[in-house]
Amino acid sequence: MKLTLRLERRLTPSRALGFLIPVFSIVLALCFGAVLLAAVGKNPGVVYQKMFSGAFGSRFGLTETVVKAIPLMLSGLGVAVAFRMLLWNIGAEGQLQIGAFAAAGVALAFPQAPAVVIIPAMMLAGFLGGALWASIPAALKAKLQVNEIITSLMLNYVAIYWVEYLVYGPWRNPKGYGFPGTAPFSPAAELPRLGTSRVHLGLLFGLVAALCLYFILRRTKWGYEIRVIGENPTAARYAGISLTRNILMVMALSGGLAGLAGMSEVSGIIHALQRGISPGYGYTAIIVAWLAKLNPWAIVVVSFLFAGLLVGGDQLQISMGLPAAMSNILQGAVLFFILGGEILVRNRISLTWEK
Amino acid sequence: MTSAVPSVQMLVITKRFPGVLANDHIDFSANAGEIHALLGENGAGKSTLMNILSGLYHPDQGDIHIHGRRVALRSPRDAISLGIGMVHQHFMLVEPHTVAENVTLGLDEPRFLLNSGQIEQKIAALSEKYGLKVDPEARIWQLSVGEQQRVEIIKMLYRNADILILDEPTAVLTPQEARELFATLKRMAAEGHTIIFITHKLDEVMAISDRITVLRKGRVVSTVFTSATSKQELARMMVGREVFFQVTKSPWRGGQAVLRVEAARALSDKGLPALKGVSFAVHEGEILGVAGVAGNGQRELAEAITGLRPLTSGEVYLCDRRITNQNPRQILDQKVSHIPEDRLGMGLIPNLSLSDNLILKGYFAPPLGRGPFLDQKAIDAHCRELISRFEVMAPGPDSSVKLLSGGNLQRLLLAREISCCPRLMVAVHPTRGLDVGATEAVHKMLLEQREEGAAILLISEDLDELLSLSDRVAVLYEGEIMGIVPAQGAQVEEIGLMMAGTKRARPAEVAA
Repeated sequence: MKLTLRLERRLTPSRALGFLIPVFSIVLALCFGAVLLAAVGKNPGVVYQKMFSGAFGSRFGLTETVVKAIPLMLSGLGVAVAFRMLLWNIGAEGQLQIGAFAAAGVALAFPQAPAVVIIPAMMLAGFLGGALWASIPAALKAKLQVNEIITSLMLNYVAIYWVEYLVYGPWRNPKGYGFPGTAPFSPAAELPRLGTSRVHLGLLFGLVAALCLYFILRRTKWGYEIRVIGENPTAARYAGISLTRNILMVMALSGGLAGLAGMSEVSGIIHALQRGISPGYGYTAIIVAWLAKLNPWAIVVVSFLFAGLLVGGDQLQISMGLPAAMSNILQGAVLFFILGGEILVRNRISLTWEK
Repeated sequence: MTSAVPSVQMLVITKRFPGVLANDHIDFSANAGEIHALLGENGAGKSTLMNILSGLYHPDQGDIHIHGRRVALRSPRDAISLGIGMVHQHFMLVEPHTVAENVTLGLDEPRFLLNSGQIEQKIAALSEKYGLKVDPEARIWQLSVGEQQRVEIIKMLYRNADILILDEPTAVLTPQEARELFATLKRMAAEGHTIIFITHKLDEVMAISDRITVLRKGRVVSTVFTSATSKQELARMMVGREVFFQVTKSPWRGGQAVLRVEAARALSDKGLPALKGVSFAVHEGEILGVAGVAGNGQRELAEAITGLRPLTSGEVYLCDRRITNQNPRQILDQKVSHIPEDRLGMGLIPNLSLSDNLILKGYFAPPLGRGPFLDQKAIDAHCRELISRFEVMAPGPDSSVKLLSGGNLQRLLLAREISCCPRLMVAVHPTRGLDVGATEAVHKMLLEQREEGAAILLISEDLDELLSLSDRVAVLYEGEIMGIVPAQGAQVEEIGLMMAGTKRARPAEVAA
């Protein structure tokens, strides 16, 4: 007798399990983290409790979580729309940087302009900047079949170093005591904030973007084309849907949303362009989009949860002296366990005794 | 002829896949020296049963006895060591390697040094003995499909298989090649091999087998001696009801040329010439059948007409308007519909809903699309109408297409392609893989379109289908048309010769 384990495909994936398994996966990821924490001599229970209260337990924590959710949401939505069409845009980070650069350029060029002019102009510049940056890998993909994963990823470094060059060099604030950053924007170029908190209008951009994306995908001809290409590119070609045009347009939308995230960071939070405007939002956005299964509304929710993880992680560094890498490990573990759990949503395990 | 103990005995075999009972308490036995046909529609469980016998699947229940001994088959390796070999529909050969290398692939001997001389001698001896002509030094990609099949059979004989399973072996052969294969199989049976032959073609079964086991919906209907049965009876057992083999159609009324192809040349995916100057015309209310062994340019022809493959030279005209190298959207806008060979890979989108699939060719124009938006109401009405008119069996327009059966998938595809009132239909293997009932339905729909005055280019590998539906039959061989003959009174023999590359004596017909 021999016990054998086999995976059998579920005919219709269960809805309840589709919810329960990810939750269980997160618990497992936390257990995995707990082992590591215990290994470095910390009490996992205390650490998790501090993380949670740091992210959601106070007004400050909560608003900081919302602040960090905004760029995740915007670039997550951007990444998701490209992923829908099987375009692997890994370049949200660079598109965000270029969006921030373009918006900052507009703000610095017109310090006298009133808010009603300068804010929309910065939004447009941020969106177009990201869109154009994403169009480089898109055009290479559409015309020459160059793999967009490599090109979009590599352009991230170009974008980051371009911003660094500007803030150390030609755009550096002469009155900034050598700090790598531009002069502050005029108050008109700052996004309105909610009361005294740091939560800014970018939150609305994110929610509206989610609504638009949902509407585009469900109700428009363009969204239909994106869905068809994403599910079966051969059928799309057979139906006369232009792959070239859609690659260019979807990548532009994808990069534009990331660019808007960059704009909302410089205009809503930093009020200048400086080094390190993003702690890797563009990369975390990939995880967010994937965990949300590319659904726009789920991305909104998952952005808040992940932002909480970031804020809680900062808390660990400040109050418990744990390395920043700890929070990255937890992020990675969550993704890892959830992706692993996917197998169980789609398949069931059958254990049988074999003679 | 029959020894006391059957060489293969499968007892109460049950195999369940998620959602289907593929084999339901099947008893099957075959004797040494016998050609045993396993007959049934698609999805009847024939391949599942034979995959169990060849060690690929494990039965949930049931016993297998080989030469009277109970055995456990854990893998194809176990099966081959017991002398069971299977020739699959899709060959398992390494194209850049030689015949000899493929034959010895996966064997433990020779351990290190390939003694190619000795191996080639053994292969030559086998091919001599059973009439399996093939050059051991040739590379697989140089061989025709028929020759590749012989390599597969030699591979099994080289491993001393005395129980040989063939899964629909004639699907890729010309009638002449099929006859050669049958002669080989008869010789092997006379030598005492057990031959199990999976098929759904009744003529073949009557021509070659000694006994027949008919499966339907995972169960054995009956096992009969071929000498004591008839085609009609077998069909009834297979389908579960009376089947009529004759399709009735009115004679062609005459009409204008809808499609004209002139000296068309195109390349295959590999960049080799696939169409080498093809010319023909299809007229209003006419079905032009295209016969030929798979891979002789049929796919490229269909794609070149529908705008999916560029022509390197030559012209295509639709009702005297030049459509050469227009894009697929421009061509389909001129009421050209296309039933592609690969239903799920090209024609449909398995993960999307029925309605998303039904609007694929019409979403961009009114009434389904308005401005940049989709008109959900119009789409719903359109899809409900098509689903009921074409009797697609599905829970509703929002259910996913991948849950449909083969016959329903084809109904859905035809519903979409017919709903645009086509002037020209390009149908590629429209009944491949469908059961008898679904095939009848597809034939009926094609003939209805013919009655309506559509011109139909019907590409098929099934000669019976071509001869009964078409008005004329063209034969493609290596990218050229060997000849075009009227379907009525056509000689299968003559078409077979053209399929093998003999040009028709009177090429004047070609221009017709």
